[in-house]
Amino acid sequence: MIEVTGLTVRYGGVTSLDDMSLTFEQGTCGLIGPNGAGKTTFFNVLSGFVRPAAGTVRAFGVDLLSMAHFRRARWGVRRTFQTEQAIEELSVFDNVAMVHEHSRLGAATRRKDVLDAIEFTGLADVAPDAKVRTLTAGQRRLVEVARAVVGRPRLVLLDEPAAGLPEVESSRLADVIRGIPEHTGALTILVDHDMSLVSACCATTAVLDFGKLIASGPTAAVLRNDGVIRAYLGVA
Amino acid sequence: MTGVETTGSAAAAVAGQRLPLLRRPQRPVHLSVTVILVLFILFALPQLMSLYYTGYMTLVAIYSIVTLGLGLLVGRVGLYSLGQGAILQIGAWTAARLLFATAQPFPLVIIEAGLVTMLIGTLIGLPAIRLRGLYLALITLMFAGAITVVLATVNFPNGGRGFTGYNGNQVHIPPIRRPSIAGTDAAYFRYAVVVALLMFVLVYVHLRTRPGRAWAAIRQSEPSALASGINATFYKLWAWALASFITGIAGGVLAGNAHYLYSVNFSTQDSIILLAVALMGGVYNLWGAVIAALLMQLLPGILQNLGVSYAWLTILFGIGVLQVLTTAPAGLADQVPRDLARLGRFLRRRFGKPAPAARSTP
Repeated sequence: MIEVTGLTVRYGGVTSLDDMSLTFEQGTCGLIGPNGAGKTTFFNVLSGFVRPAAGTVRAFGVDLLSMAHFRRARWGVRRTFQTEQAIEELSVFDNVAMVHEHSRLGAATRRKDVLDAIEFTGLADVAPDAKVRTLTAGQRRLVEVARAVVGRPRLVLLDEPAAGLPEVESSRLADVIRGIPEHTGALTILVDHDMSLVSACCATTAVLDFGKLIASGPTAAVLRNDGVIRAYLGVA
Repeated sequence: MTGVETTGSAAAAVAGQRLPLLRRPQRPVHLSVTVILVLFILFALPQLMSLYYTGYMTLVAIYSIVTLGLGLLVGRVGLYSLGQGAILQIGAWTAARLLFATAQPFPLVIIEAGLVTMLIGTLIGLPAIRLRGLYLALITLMFAGAITVVLATVNFPNGGRGFTGYNGNQVHIPPIRRPSIAGTDAAYFRYAVVVALLMFVLVYVHLRTRPGRAWAAIRQSEPSALASGINATFYKLWAWALASFITGIAGGVLAGNAHYLYSVNFSTQDSIILLAVALMGGVYNLWGAVIAALLMQLLPGILQNLGVSYAWLTILFGIGVLQVLTTAPAGLADQVPRDLARLGRFLRRRFGKPAPAARSTP
């Protein structure tokens, strides 16, 4: 459960998030909107890379804004980025284990947890000691998802995970994303422009436009909403 | 093959069993070559070398520690420091003072010198690591210049009594002492090699464990490292402290090697040359540090022996850096083996029997 109230972010004269309030309850939630609507800024606020000018963010009763970025990651705010971020020179195992070891979860269950996360993402057919630089783009995306779900994540933020992936890998990714809440218990927020991915994964969806929330609710209803079609989806 | 297996999760689980930190060496050939080389350097080389080259090779051993530290900062963490010459000076200065003022054993003194240097280096690193790239390089270069000026002004210790004594007499200066087991030049060479080896092991262990992984993450992308829960500032400072520590130890060994230290022998330019040779040797590979030290310390000796002015080196290093930056970003440590293999393939194709892989089966 995450509650955001009155969130405002300004970059110089540009207002990226404008007094935005929203609540995500549980499961996998979609966050959509045109480019520049403030979706990534919202993720940056949640993960601590951007300090908002105003507003509060509470996740599972905890005030997120008072925590430093790396402490939020240790606490359980995990995210992927639009650009590829898996560490090329390390193995798949080390990439995932690194998040676990910095989350202070103890070394006793590390191997099990890491292999578990790798298997969950469907990367089991890749050797855990394979270097990430030898993997395909789709596999690297899965490594990033494994990094996000290893151990005890509370909030998983996926920023356009399917961008640039071919159809087959995108649908494989959708299966994984749908399973995250059940597998980890974490609230998952998915930002993507691929509406088939969003509707396949998310029961509820919120729509941002010019830094404001213009709609939220069950995904199917939101995608039929006139305001959303006008602002983002376009007339079919 | 790229290590991608297709036999499913059973194979993955088996591979997962092979991942403890102290795994069996992945490249036993490399390891045995390294061991043989080290034994040769320790036991055979001092007998084969003239006194002239023993002196230069001792400097190579000492400076390989400095370039190791710099390679760690540049290659593993992405911090460009132009102040390593000054850090080395602080280590040498501290060790020399301690050796004059106290009767502590030599190894203890160089460790203390390393710790003092680490402290000073970390204090400088604290503000400096907030900067990156060009600005960090500029700040550290100015620091190097400042240290040079300060030490020249306060009279670098040439053998006065106690911590602050300065002996203005240029004739009867007591030399900086060496460890009792390494009084001769050949023995001191061995001593320096052993110290260098220990420092390489120290850095190697770091690279193979948690800090090494954290540094790799930071170098590739700091936001991603932070999002993995890595305290990037802490680990950058750790790298800075480790590099300062080993450079301080190198300074201590340098003080014992030189017998006499004069501030004029440490120029700010050394700090720049250090970065140049570290890049040429290769900062992503521990061998690169050894190559860098050979370039910086042995090459002048060879040129001098041949009667060539070593002022040519500055030009040579300039061309060398240009060469490395344009054709081999990973330095000579990466380029030379690769090009030798390519040459070998070429020669086999040209003159010899066809390569085994190309031979058709009967």
